[in-house]
Amino acid sequence: MLLARLSEPWAAAEGRFIADCNDAAASEGVRAGMTRAAARALCPNLSFKERDFSAERETLERVAQWAGRFTPAVSLAPPFGLLLEVAGSLKLFSGLAPIMKQLEHGAVQMGLTMSAACAPSAEGARIMARGGIPAFVLTQQQLAAAISCLPVEALDCGEETLAGLQAIGAGNLGDLLALPRAGLARRFGEELLDSLDRALGMKPDPREFYIPPETFRAAIELPAEAEEAQALLFVFHRMLVQLEGFLAARGGAVQRFEAGLLHREGNTVLEVGLVSPSRDAEHFTMLLRERLFAAALKAPVRAVALDARDILQYVPETPGLFPDPQGPRGDWPRFIERLRARLGQDKVKGLAVRAEHRPGFASQEIEPGSKSEKAHFGPRPLWLFAAPHPLEEINSVPHYQGALTLLSGPERIESGWWDGMDVARDYFLARTPAASLLWIYRERRMLDARHAWYLHGIFG
Amino acid sequence: MNEAMQALLRHPAIWRGSGCSAVALPSIPSGHAALDAALPGGGWPVGTLTEILPQHEGIGEVRILGPALARLSQAGRWLVWIAPPYLPYAPALTAAGIDLARLIIVKTQNRRDAFWALEQALRSNACGAVLGWMEPVPYPELRRLQLAGEGTNTLAILFRPPWAVNASSPAALRISLQTAAGNLAATIVKRRGGAIAEPILLQPEPAADSKTNSDKLASHVMDRALFSAAPPGSVAACAAF
Repeated sequence: MLLARLSEPWAAAEGRFIADCNDAAASEGVRAGMTRAAARALCPNLSFKERDFSAERETLERVAQWAGRFTPAVSLAPPFGLLLEVAGSLKLFSGLAPIMKQLEHGAVQMGLTMSAACAPSAEGARIMARGGIPAFVLTQQQLAAAISCLPVEALDCGEETLAGLQAIGAGNLGDLLALPRAGLARRFGEELLDSLDRALGMKPDPREFYIPPETFRAAIELPAEAEEAQALLFVFHRMLVQLEGFLAARGGAVQRFEAGLLHREGNTVLEVGLVSPSRDAEHFTMLLRERLFAAALKAPVRAVALDARDILQYVPETPGLFPDPQGPRGDWPRFIERLRARLGQDKVKGLAVRAEHRPGFASQEIEPGSKSEKAHFGPRPLWLFAAPHPLEEINSVPHYQGALTLLSGPERIESGWWDGMDVARDYFLARTPAASLLWIYRERRMLDARHAWYLHGIFG
Repeated sequence: MNEAMQALLRHPAIWRGSGCSAVALPSIPSGHAALDAALPGGGWPVGTLTEILPQHEGIGEVRILGPALARLSQAGRWLVWIAPPYLPYAPALTAAGIDLARLIIVKTQNRRDAFWALEQALRSNACGAVLGWMEPVPYPELRRLQLAGEGTNTLAILFRPPWAVNASSPAALRISLQTAAGNLAATIVKRRGGAIAEPILLQPEPAADSKTNSDKLASHVMDRALFSAAPPGSVAACAAF
């Protein structure tokens, strides 16, 4: 339902006027600057959302964090602009075209529309992108020609200057460039000339670089309450792409992140853990998908949040020099992560031996791959019951699916007086008439008047 | 028959009516000579589904895999046990030679999760051996498991109840286990190259020779040379499941 709502006509309103609208609304004729009433007249089922400046700023910052994967020199040009200095990254990315392609791909994945332009000066690139000229200008000479068709409003000069320029008939930057500089300075002041020079790259234009925070946090409010996990995954994917960019910019990786779902009352937090640190957005999405499907949604979700606090060093996997003699191997950590994400962290366990005489304590469930202690035991069954099963005794012969024949024993185990869980038992190997091998014991202390024989395990 | 004749008859393009054809299948030796001789490839087949159908629980259906699992875990491959009926007991596994650091137990709540875990384990090609306990398994799901394990390096074993012998299954190897006079008897119900009717007798159960008592008694005997204990780590000691 959420996905269906997203494709309906939407408009962002600022007070009485429309600030922007999506494609569905634009196709009906809604434009920025219209009043709400006019927009609704053109498009009856138009939905409005009040413009949220803080959310816009946050989104811009998150995109800046993501853009850090291309270059460390990222500056914000609010309200909707980002400046990336990519001269130093051209060698790494083998040219400008791959960078532009990745930028476009990333923007699509994050659910944003982007227009990008490239110029030798920051201001020049900014006004070209804002004006909708997606040009790659590589030298200063071409820059003047490229920006000539832009209107003078692109320079962000004051109202008076704009009015004055319109009065003298300078409609676009080309006209402005054709006018004599001394005259412009005398008539409109130095600021106009300065901004023009900065746009052309003739004056320095220092910008403050954006410094990303230490941890990643993103929150998106959903336009409609979501009830299916699939729709939530669609929104989470955008935030996970931003997380990947953020991590790539820092050279880091995460081993766990938390996905928060905000309901009408209360919120749910899903923690996703990985076996080894990673920064692959697709991998995160796949794990989160398993978690979302395994966890039943208690209530419809209004907003989602993503939190990644512990940023670790990213160590990429280096392939070996020689091919594996046993053939191509699968990805063990990814397989374990999938199992854990779907079934739960506590359902995938390893075993370890503890040096304990008491049989119940000699085997322990632990994290896979941990070390066991060395100990020697007598013959032990493959399957041990958590609680011993009392056996019926008929004519002083224990019965379990028939009369049992004792094969070997007794193995006397008396231990554990120090923590109160002491055992005093004689263990025997027994065989049922159906030829199964059992591990039974006879209790040496009279705990239960009716039962003295218990079944503790089955040999596999 | 002389050597040339033997070599000729071992050619894979010749099919012999009585024995199984000598197919070059990737296999893991099972540790039981009689069983290896009867299996195509000389061991448990890798990259295809194997079914083991014990007559009753506890006659040694997991024990016969012991040497192969020990060999895989010592070689550093991972062993995954999915939805075992009870929790495995660690001392028994170490006594069999299995490296516990390479063992993963997956506990599932329902049959659907168990099937999903099995399919993922086989498809990932990251495990050395996958053991599954799951019932009922309809034919399409068996087929999916068989396809998931195709071409991988994984030993895939599925334990099924004895009545499943008569159901059809796409598994490449099906072995039914019974006990006969204190020995474990394996009947190969299906294999690549034709089934054999006679059961194969495997080594007697370890419980028949009560080692614990004899050890304790022997320690009191003055003449120690009479008491020849098996050195630790040998195959005989490994059969203490």
